Amino acid sequence: MSALIEARELRRVFHQGRSDQVEAVKGVSLSIAAGQVTVLRGPSGSGKTSLLALLGAMARPTSGRIFLGERELTSLPERFLTEERRRTFGFVFQQFNLVPGLSARENVMLPALPLGHPRAGLARRAGALLERFGVAHRAAARADRLSGGEAQRVAIARALINEPAVIIADEPTANLDSVLSGVFMELVGTLRASGKTIIVASHDPLVYESPLVDRVISMRDGRLEEPAP
Amino acid sequence: MILSPAVIALVGGAVVGAALVGGAALQGAIILRGWDPKSGSERQVELERRTALVSTLVELALGFQLLALFLFVYTADALAPQFTGAMCAAGSLKADPHGYPALLLMLAAAIAAGLWLLVDGADGLGHDYPLLRAKYLMLLGLAPLVVAAAWWEVAWFRGLHPEVITSCCGSLFSRTGRGVGAELAALPPRLAGALLFGAVGGAVLAALGFRRSGKGALLLAALSAAALVASLAGMVAFVSPYVYELPTHHCPFCLLQREYHFIGYPLYATLLGGSVAGMGVGLLSLLGGAESLVTALPSRQRRLAGLAALLLGSFAALVAWAVLTSGLRG
Amino acid sequence: MTPGSWLERQRSLLDYTLSSLARRPAKNLALVTVYALVVFAVASGLFLGEALRAEATAALQGAPDVVVQRLQAGRHDLIAAGEVERLAAIRGVERAVGRRWGYLYRPSSRANLTVMVPERFWGGDGEAVIGEGVARVEQVGVGETLRLEASSGESFDVKVREVLPPGTALFTTDLLLLSEASFLRLFGGGPDRFTDIALQVPNAREISKVAEKVLQLLPGSRAITRLEMARTYQSIFDWRGGLVMALLSTALLAFALVAWDKAAGLSAEERREIGILKAIGWDVSDVLLVKLQEGAVISGAAFTLGAVGAYLHVFLGSAGLFAPVLEGWSTLAPRLHLTPAIDGLQLATLFFLTVVPYTAATVVPAWRSATADPDAVMR
Repeated sequence: MSALIEARELRRVFHQGRSDQVEAVKGVSLSIAAGQVTVLRGPSGSGKTSLLALLGAMARPTSGRIFLGERELTSLPERFLTEERRRTFGFVFQQFNLVPGLSARENVMLPALPLGHPRAGLARRAGALLERFGVAHRAAARADRLSGGEAQRVAIARALINEPAVIIADEPTANLDSVLSGVFMELVGTLRASGKTIIVASHDPLVYESPLVDRVISMRDGRLEEPAP
Repeated sequence: MILSPAVIALVGGAVVGAALVGGAALQGAIILRGWDPKSGSERQVELERRTALVSTLVELALGFQLLALFLFVYTADALAPQFTGAMCAAGSLKADPHGYPALLLMLAAAIAAGLWLLVDGADGLGHDYPLLRAKYLMLLGLAPLVVAAAWWEVAWFRGLHPEVITSCCGSLFSRTGRGVGAELAALPPRLAGALLFGAVGGAVLAALGFRRSGKGALLLAALSAAALVASLAGMVAFVSPYVYELPTHHCPFCLLQREYHFIGYPLYATLLGGSVAGMGVGLLSLLGGAESLVTALPSRQRRLAGLAALLLGSFAALVAWAVLTSGLRG
Repeated sequence: MTPGSWLERQRSLLDYTLSSLARRPAKNLALVTVYALVVFAVASGLFLGEALRAEATAALQGAPDVVVQRLQAGRHDLIAAGEVERLAAIRGVERAVGRRWGYLYRPSSRANLTVMVPERFWGGDGEAVIGEGVARVEQVGVGETLRLEASSGESFDVKVREVLPPGTALFTTDLLLLSEASFLRLFGGGPDRFTDIALQVPNAREISKVAEKVLQLLPGSRAITRLEMARTYQSIFDWRGGLVMALLSTALLAFALVAWDKAAGLSAEERREIGILKAIGWDVSDVLLVKLQEGAVISGAAFTLGAVGAYLHVFLGSAGLFAPVLEGWSTLAPRLHLTPAIDGLQLATLFFLTVVPYTAATVVPAWRSATADPDAVMR
């Protein structure tokens, strides 16, 4: 299996050179295989989220190198990094991060707006995604009126609007009860079946003990607990 | 000093424009000093984000500058009755020695800002900010130009006194007078016309040639600059008399008036836009040797050359139309 | 994904911008209202000044080429009727006409009327033709009588024959036209003295020559040319207009500061929204474009509202809110009917005085809000 994302000695330092300097990721090397479900596991403050942001091209490493397939992302200017990111990654966040005043459909369309595709086609695609996740009847509802389970599905639909190869989810079940968390893992199963690569940061056993997961990587204090290949 | 609302607006606009470009240049200097593309530090990320601010500041400044140019000529025109002998902008500008330099500086600043934005746009094509150093050094040169234009503009307003006796465009741009305007007007119309069509035609051909082969960028730039100069002179010596249908009227400003269907606006807009695009092709060739631009820059240059050919071609067509439909023909 | 089009990107983001503005109605309506009021104030001053200038220019079209006044100790004095002939004899003068005019203060209405004897008065003796403003403040109409107090102390009535139409209101509104006999009865003086003498000089190039000869012929007089009158009017309007603008630009500065503050002081909710956008793949330039579009929509709305409002205020509402400031010479003036005179110069001036400072003040805050870290919402 070929590596989709390759990280070498990644470090991420916040507030560098100041008294409140924090080193969130301390030299992590790993590679993520295409088509697999990978879970980053560890207590809060272990650097999972920071590593996830680096792997998802959301932030640039302070040092180290990162590759997306053949392409090196390490010192790409933010603009090009953003381009790579929205072409390759879809994100699901802990609080779902839907924009409250907008409808479910508008929220799903948001990541695609800067790309400049005709909006009619975009709205159709958003509708199809909502349909696929069983929330088509809520398409016109405002995001702040959605239930937790509905919001989660809308958030996943939004992550898929640009047809990304990789889905990145940060603590997706932290705000859900066990039933909805189970539903989430079912959705992960369907995404995996459709060939997506999935990276999840979670300290929820329902997630990292799921049979759907191909690989669990444990993190502590900014480092991987076992040497990853 | 004449304190009319338009004058206050222009002075305010000049100050704002100078502040925008001055601020942009300052940001550019900060970026140049701290720039380290290999670093992933927060500082470097922040500097990269500042480049977006600089581009936006200069874009706004150019927009304001073009509008200010329009307002400036229009105001000079409206102030004319205040001066004995002035009948249009030509006379008002002459009423204080800062007038014409102010106009030329504003024009130069607008052209330079346009060229800068072309370089800025090309810089955005490469993945490693290939033109960053060149463009911010250019910006350090652009800022004083904009500030000088603002300074001269304000000096002109300060120097205006209603009792000043000046000359009208009839004498400034007449064949018998003295000075640059008169010398331009004294050019034989046929020669001026031939120069105009020759330079513009040459630039259009060079642009089409570059579009096809990707060669001759510097030739295109030189011909575009020549087309700009020859056309500005040609507007005085050749085009004006045809538009006014008066062999002795050579004013380049009256073209902007309603009586002549505002024909000056499309004429000057196509001429300026086309020659800036043409000069930009050459400038980008001089600057753009970076590896990251190998594929993207030539296609950008070809599009610019196409734009130059289109605008300069439209300019020539407009001039030809104005001459052919003139009552002065023959 | 294939790259989309530039135009579609603008439109998609504009959609978002509009919905984003509509989701914060209170804040944005307040901003547009304040902004529109500033535009309205500046535009009213601008339009009114220009309209007055246009009226003055129009009125001067019919003014005599040269007016000759006698001076007595530096003050305007009556001029002997015999001088008319002498002035008419100057080469280049086509015609010389003695004129009678003066000002009449009416304590009852506290209005200052301009009293004139037209060259050919079309009413009879004891009749008057009055301006629209005079009819209003004196509350008289056609056929009614107006009681005048002469300088000798006696009172007499004149009958209103006609009220002048409000077309050229500025220069006719305070007019009281009388016959020569009524004028002399009102102000005293004899038929052998005129207020001043108007000269017609058909060739514009001879005007200054004629003025020189007048001074040689009548030492102690002054000759005012039409060009000088025009210039005086122009500079008065420029000066008054400029003064108002200078005052307003102070207000503008305050406005720019408020605008900056508004744009800089994003609510927590807006900050979070921008954070979400950055996280799901929006670039700095995308957020910046939205912010600039926001500014453009707000500026466009405020500019249109303010300018249209000012147009209605000045040309239909007779500049009721402003007239006292700009004119200040007569209680008769507020009911002007100004002829609309708007051109590109005024709109460009207005744009420079309002939209340019607003945009310049908001660009840095807009950029700053666009530079949120994409991964900030995850922290």
